[in-house]
Amino acid sequence: MAERSPEDEATPNVSEVEVVDAATESEAVAAIEAPVHRGEPILQVRNLVKHFPLTQGIVIKRQIGAVKAVDGVSFDLHQGETLGIVGESGCGKSTVAKLLMTLEKATAGEVFYKGQDITKLSGRALKAVRRNIQMVFQDPYTSLNPRMTVGDIIGEPFDIHPEVAPKGDRRRKVQELLDVVGLNPEYINRYPHQFSGGQRQRIGIARGLALNPEVIICDEPVSALDVSVQAQVINLMEKLQDEFNLSYIFIAHDLSIVRHISDRVGVMYLGKMAEIGTDTQIYDHPTHPYTQALLSAVPVPDPEAREGRERIILTGDVPSPANPPSGCRFRTRCWKAQDKCATEEPLLAVPERFAGQDTPAAHESACHFAEEKDVVHAV
Amino acid sequence: MTILDMTADVPAPRDAGGPLLEVRDLHVEFHTRDGVAKAVNGVNYTVSAGETLAVLGESGSGKSVTAQAIMGILDMPPGRIPQGEIFFHGQDMLKMSGEERRKIRGRQIAMIFQDALSSLNPVLSVGYQLGEMFRVHQGLSKKEAKAKAIELMDRVRIPAARERVNDYPHQFSGGMRQRIMIAMALALEPDLIIADEPTTALDVTVQAQVMDLLAELQREYNMGLILITHDLGVVADVADKIAVMYAGRIVETAPVHELYKRPAHPYTKGLLDSIPRLDQKGQELYAIKGLPPNLTRIPTGCAFNPRCAMAQDICRTEIPALHPVTERDGGELVGRGSACHFWKETIHG
Amino acid sequence: MPETTKTAAEETVPVAAAPAEAARDSGPAPGKPRSLAADAWAELRRNPLFVISAVLIFFLLVVAAFPSLFTSADPTAGDLSEHFLDKPKLGHFFQPDWFGYDNQGRSIYARVVYGTRVSIIVGVGVTVLVTVFGGLLGMLAGYFGGLWDTILSRLTDIFFGIPFLLGAMVVLNAFTDRTVWTVIGALAFLGWTQITRVMRGAVITAKHADYVVAARALGASTSRILFRHILPNAVAPVIVVATIALGTYIVAESTLSFLGLGLGTNDVSWGGDIDTATDHIRNAPHLLFFPAGMLSLTVLAFIMLGDAVREALDPKLR
Repeated sequence: MAERSPEDEATPNVSEVEVVDAATESEAVAAIEAPVHRGEPILQVRNLVKHFPLTQGIVIKRQIGAVKAVDGVSFDLHQGETLGIVGESGCGKSTVAKLLMTLEKATAGEVFYKGQDITKLSGRALKAVRRNIQMVFQDPYTSLNPRMTVGDIIGEPFDIHPEVAPKGDRRRKVQELLDVVGLNPEYINRYPHQFSGGQRQRIGIARGLALNPEVIICDEPVSALDVSVQAQVINLMEKLQDEFNLSYIFIAHDLSIVRHISDRVGVMYLGKMAEIGTDTQIYDHPTHPYTQALLSAVPVPDPEAREGRERIILTGDVPSPANPPSGCRFRTRCWKAQDKCATEEPLLAVPERFAGQDTPAAHESACHFAEEKDVVHAV
Repeated sequence: MTILDMTADVPAPRDAGGPLLEVRDLHVEFHTRDGVAKAVNGVNYTVSAGETLAVLGESGSGKSVTAQAIMGILDMPPGRIPQGEIFFHGQDMLKMSGEERRKIRGRQIAMIFQDALSSLNPVLSVGYQLGEMFRVHQGLSKKEAKAKAIELMDRVRIPAARERVNDYPHQFSGGMRQRIMIAMALALEPDLIIADEPTTALDVTVQAQVMDLLAELQREYNMGLILITHDLGVVADVADKIAVMYAGRIVETAPVHELYKRPAHPYTKGLLDSIPRLDQKGQELYAIKGLPPNLTRIPTGCAFNPRCAMAQDICRTEIPALHPVTERDGGELVGRGSACHFWKETIHG
Repeated sequence: MPETTKTAAEETVPVAAAPAEAARDSGPAPGKPRSLAADAWAELRRNPLFVISAVLIFFLLVVAAFPSLFTSADPTAGDLSEHFLDKPKLGHFFQPDWFGYDNQGRSIYARVVYGTRVSIIVGVGVTVLVTVFGGLLGMLAGYFGGLWDTILSRLTDIFFGIPFLLGAMVVLNAFTDRTVWTVIGALAFLGWTQITRVMRGAVITAKHADYVVAARALGASTSRILFRHILPNAVAPVIVVATIALGTYIVAESTLSFLGLGLGTNDVSWGGDIDTATDHIRNAPHLLFFPAGMLSLTVLAFIMLGDAVREALDPKLR
């Protein structure tokens, strides 16, 4: 494992410029630019691992452990779909986003974008990937450079990837983008602080759309917004998905919003995927105890619907990712935990008891004692 | 034994008939570079002992500013209270001296903030900070204060309180820190607690624990509780009544179940409709158009009119009063009010 | 044709046919374009502290640039018939005898006027050098971190440990023929650490901001990130510190000249004049009063300007 402190990680990788066989690079670029049919996997994540080393000492840094932020996560994103990733703070969902954006270097594992492992790409091929995978950030107040005009912010992608838009055309393109996200194109010379949170998030989305990407990774895109503005932004994102044929990875902690926008949902706990399936499978037929607890804790703005629901109140806190429990990571808070859970790590697979059955409970769940339990509907 | 001696032992009656807190026509404004921001524009509400009032609103609705005015922690200047009264135990706190208000703060009215980490002193142990309340206000010795601190930590169900009393704030998780804040607020057994977004910074699984604890302690001590939040879900099962705020005014009041079932103000209705459901996959979300108003330029008439689908000419000229809301046949609906010219159309369709 | 994701390359943003109007954010128009710099400027103009200090500094700059406009007298021409024990003629505005004469019969007024030039050149010169080089080092240390940062930070610590004036005295003592540039060089050599530290901190803060992450995610080059995103956001505290430091460099030059380690006796410097004045302080206090007063006024002007700029740039106040 590379001996790099988190400080180093924050700086861009100068070493990315490796000498790559020109022919291989061209092949990679061609693969990245090739079209993918709707419903086919566009992004395949395999055993992705990210450990942040914990070091001690000032001059001679000695590694004394690692924060296992992401510890073996696998999933697919299909073209045109929205994959929701939910989990509590510290579960690693934001680190997954950074890894997919190649903003962090993976400790191990692969991320295939149209068959190319982006964790190993460099140069032209990496640039092509960056053009095709874009990100929308959580905080609309810090994700826009306060010293740049809206036009410069949205136009910056064209400066970095000049092949996408000829110079003379850029102003028009920026104004089109503003229009697409529902902002007045005349605002092109305004500065970010002149806009409200919702408007700023629209600017962030316009920047994400500029290069006509195929995948957009949204890290808590509406959690900083007021309730009445959240719905506007969610609707905008859905509209844009249809219009530009986008695939989304939608990371959020608000389970209601994730259900609304996602086709499939993955539930993360302490650096691992606990359960993954379609929105119906996860919300109406959850089989992992953590998913059930998470769903049952969601405050529903309807006291009547709420009274009939079973509530599972978890005890204790999420353990430290620097020192996760052995076996199943959820066992310290799980009411079903047995000796087996401490010794044997449950794999993310369709549980045996449901395997081969035609039931919504037959989806991947990493629990030895998976069983169905409806916690979102009143009994 | 004289009468004076006798009364000295008996604490003043907590609930002398009237409400614990009554806010009357409160106005708060801030002088900014862009003009006068009218943050609170005539708010009225009451809280009785043992009652929970949820104040619901988005950022800039004036919900937190109202609480700060009650607590007496408003920054003045730039803040100013041009008008209004805040009665606590029947006395107008706005007419009290600084010294009198300081005595109420902490002892009789306590506040819980959203960010527990920044509200606790990082260089002092949790036990010391909890015990400080007793040492300063009740003159207990160090040892007694520590014992009290442990007792409080037990109260808010912090596991292994005896072992953890000397730990520092950063050694506790977010949920535990919020429990410590609650313990601190409870220390002197106040009559009223104001909780400003107490669970917003917490994860859902922890949110429920903390909310339940707060509700339980409130019942136990028979305190008044003002719960300030933007989250419609959080308040649903702990609040007795809800006041919805928009642009510095209360636009709707209702008992909690009633509000969710039949909102009587288009803003409340819009908010409820714009939240996706957990138990089923919905169609396109309803979205309230536009943005919350700039407080230096609040629209004339009803502040919500530019965003309201039902707005008529009258909405642009006349500020609607908080009308009592009744059944279709005129039957009384206790505690319900709506500041909408068209509340009948909103609630009865 | 199968449904594919890639539209024609040139058609980067197909205009939305869907009802963009419905989603239109009909919020209040945010008014005229107002950059943060423009906001700060508007704030500054309304601050009396800024107006006073700016007028003073402008005046000092004019005096430094065109001293002959203010006096016809030669600051180095002594006329021993003009005795320094005579009281200054305070009614003789802009005349050579306005502030009286020094012990060599030179016009104090002319010396104060010409002394401005040295002070301003030294102050501005050191500040420019220190800001450019110190700022660059701070930026490199803050942005690249790791070994760069460790080495540069230790180097900063070493220089920071050297007492500024004592160090300058030692360095200048090594030169027998000292010009303005020697003094500037010596002060800059010892004074860059403050700016480096401020710049390093500001860059580290900016480096972790989401907009920098966003630029990296777009594949922006290091130089674009540094000069377009980080520098504009990190420069504000540096400007404040540099403005205030400018005043202290002027003091340092005067102190060195006072000690005889600054400029030679042929150059006109307030510090040198103060040195001369100390011998006659009992019977001719005006020799001390005028150069010392000008020195204090100049330093005060720059410190006030720094304070005003800090108020205008501090994001916490807006």
